[in-house]
Amino acid sequence: MKFLPLVWAGLMRKKARTLLTLLSIIVAFLLFGMLDAVRVAFTVRDSLEGASRLVVSSKLSIIQPLPYADLAQIQRVPGVEQVAFANWFGGIYQDRKNFFANFAVSPNYLDMYPEFVLPEEQQQAFLKTRTAAIVGANLAKRYNFKVGDRIPLQATIFPHKNGDNTWTFDLVGIFRTREARDRNQEDQMIFRYDYFDEGRTFGQGTVGWYMVKVSDPGRAQEVAQTIDRLFANSADETKTQTEKQFNLDFVKQIGDIGLIVSSIMGAVFFTILLLTGNTMSQAVRERIPELAVLKTIGFSNRSVLWLVLGESLLLAAVGGSLGLLLAMAGAGALSAAFRGGAFAVGAQSWLTGLMIMTVLGVAVGLPPAWRAMRLRIVDALVER
Amino acid sequence: MRWLEQILEITWMSLATIPRRLGSALVIVGGIAGVVGVLVALLAIGEGFQSVLAEAGRLDDAIVLRKGASAELNSGLSREDVVLIAQAPGILRDSAGIPIASAEVVVVANLPKRSSGTDANVEIRGVGQRVWELRSAARIIEGRRFETGKRELVIGKGAQTEFAGLEVGRTVRLGLQDWTVVGVFASGDAHESELWSDPEVLQGAYNRDGYQSVTVKLTDVDAFDALKAALSSDPRLTVDVQRTRDYYATQSEDLTRLIRILGVAIAAIMGVGAVFGALNTMYAAVSTRSREIATLRALGFSATPVVISVMLEAALLALVGGVIGAGIAWAAFDNYTASTLGANFSQVVFAFQVSPRLILDGLLWALGIGLLGGLFPAVHAARQPVTSALRAL
Repeated sequence: MKFLPLVWAGLMRKKARTLLTLLSIIVAFLLFGMLDAVRVAFTVRDSLEGASRLVVSSKLSIIQPLPYADLAQIQRVPGVEQVAFANWFGGIYQDRKNFFANFAVSPNYLDMYPEFVLPEEQQQAFLKTRTAAIVGANLAKRYNFKVGDRIPLQATIFPHKNGDNTWTFDLVGIFRTREARDRNQEDQMIFRYDYFDEGRTFGQGTVGWYMVKVSDPGRAQEVAQTIDRLFANSADETKTQTEKQFNLDFVKQIGDIGLIVSSIMGAVFFTILLLTGNTMSQAVRERIPELAVLKTIGFSNRSVLWLVLGESLLLAAVGGSLGLLLAMAGAGALSAAFRGGAFAVGAQSWLTGLMIMTVLGVAVGLPPAWRAMRLRIVDALVER
Repeated sequence: MRWLEQILEITWMSLATIPRRLGSALVIVGGIAGVVGVLVALLAIGEGFQSVLAEAGRLDDAIVLRKGASAELNSGLSREDVVLIAQAPGILRDSAGIPIASAEVVVVANLPKRSSGTDANVEIRGVGQRVWELRSAARIIEGRRFETGKRELVIGKGAQTEFAGLEVGRTVRLGLQDWTVVGVFASGDAHESELWSDPEVLQGAYNRDGYQSVTVKLTDVDAFDALKAALSSDPRLTVDVQRTRDYYATQSEDLTRLIRILGVAIAAIMGVGAVFGALNTMYAAVSTRSREIATLRALGFSATPVVISVMLEAALLALVGGVIGAGIAWAAFDNYTASTLGANFSQVVFAFQVSPRLILDGLLWALGIGLLGGLFPAVHAARQPVTSALRAL
């Protein structure tokens, strides 16, 4: 610590150079933070509730409906606590670009999701009103929906029986997620299955998928297999997965986001390593006589090594932290720009970031520091 | 003329010293290579996705969907609708007077992917008998066409590379039925991600009795308006009709825009870093040569050639970086195949495309970064008082 003023003096020797190096490190970590936020947003998390939920869909494909009659059979499977069901609607609000998830659900659907918080009277209103709909807070904010509004959706799959393509719903509730990291779940709209099933022109008596809550998450796999066996060799075979596996498979279908993000990050850090590495060795080269003087007045080889290494570590740490702080602001802007986005720079990203800062500092600083340590006083002084 | 001579002279002198400061020169080259490489690679994703869908569309084909359906998967047409649509004016007929149209069933199946082993959605398209005339780009490259009335599949080339177990002769299980793979087709467009079969047999497997879309060949490009007018005025039909070129272009719009925004944003942030790097290098270059520059000025060289020569040097190094970056992106990613979820909720296989236009874009970025990074050091160099610079060392 007593060397800190010396390290500082070294950095302040050429202010412009230090500033430029610092800025490029900041930029690198700003990118790292934001890209990592994107990666995290596409990572499926473990949650207690998620572990006890199963998704039952058609084995043929997710778009194939299942008979409503399966409900009673699934409910009788041992280990099943509760069964809800849903059907994708895919309606459009005003313009095709305003995409958000909307689907019809059974009355007990929200009981499956204790992580969604909805006032009791709004929950009751949903059960009482046939045309009722509930939206997430994110969605409500985006389109300025208020309880009591009538929301028209243009059907893409299910035209209404009355010949009109528009379905109208009464907004009775707005839910929030219990935890901030689940904010992206607030971007959906749900409404009642009975209203939907009666109004649609085809497919009556079928549902898109069943959600099953198991009493013991440890036995989830077992229950899933029992359900699938129940419908094996029937006209509608099922595929039952834990909610986590279902989500994982879905994210995988979008593409290998982790790979793309880490390739970009690789290119970014290679560039930064090159930039700062060269600057550091340049800085040391210019200061060889000074370092020789330090050694002459009694600084040990090791101290000189730390002096130089300290400079690069300090640069990496300051630049990296500032970059990550900027990324936190940037992730907020990103969430606002992309509908339904919940990007945030979390503790995990900071931890990885700190590790990268250390590695960067050492990788950049060690070669010149090593050279400074091995410096022979006589040679170095003569160079002037 | 004297100016030009001076510029060339100074630039040549400074370029000759590059080998002695290779390390710092490499910073500009490497930094910009990184920016251009990332930019070109990311934009190549969007370019590839856009082009595979654009290839599927034509000006003289039209696709009919149920009104309001934005994709085939959302659409539904009855058998009566299909008959009515095929009789509409503007549709090309063969010598026997039969309209060249294909009423198609579009469904999705779960098949394991080669790369991960996990299930992903693949599109199965039941196509009419005239499809090989309608989509003349599609041709069988292995095996044969499927036969009407049989549980047979021909596999798109892209689907075969992405999904496991789709070799000719293998069977695929759809529900309780076994289907046989009898051939592989190539078409160079988004249809290569699909599996084709007989529509009626496919309806049976999925327990349906309607169709999703009708694609027709127009008598000529201008016949579209007549077809559209006829279909929209028919009270028995509630359908939307579009040229296939417009239909497929819309499908790539969202993803392409997203990738463009991301690519440019990331490259811009990296570009800022590279500008700092270039500034650093050029300041260093100018400061080590300050005596030399002062000498030139004392000899009568004017300030402007000094400025221009420093910027030329930065631009030249930047261009080298740009070429390397774009070259790496081209070598590593041109024709790299990937797949993502398309409008029909199933995998669309596409190849990254590093087009000449993208490379040009990348080089322009490189030039911009280089000039920006050279400007301030150049001005700094020219502004240095001659006397103090001469005395400095």
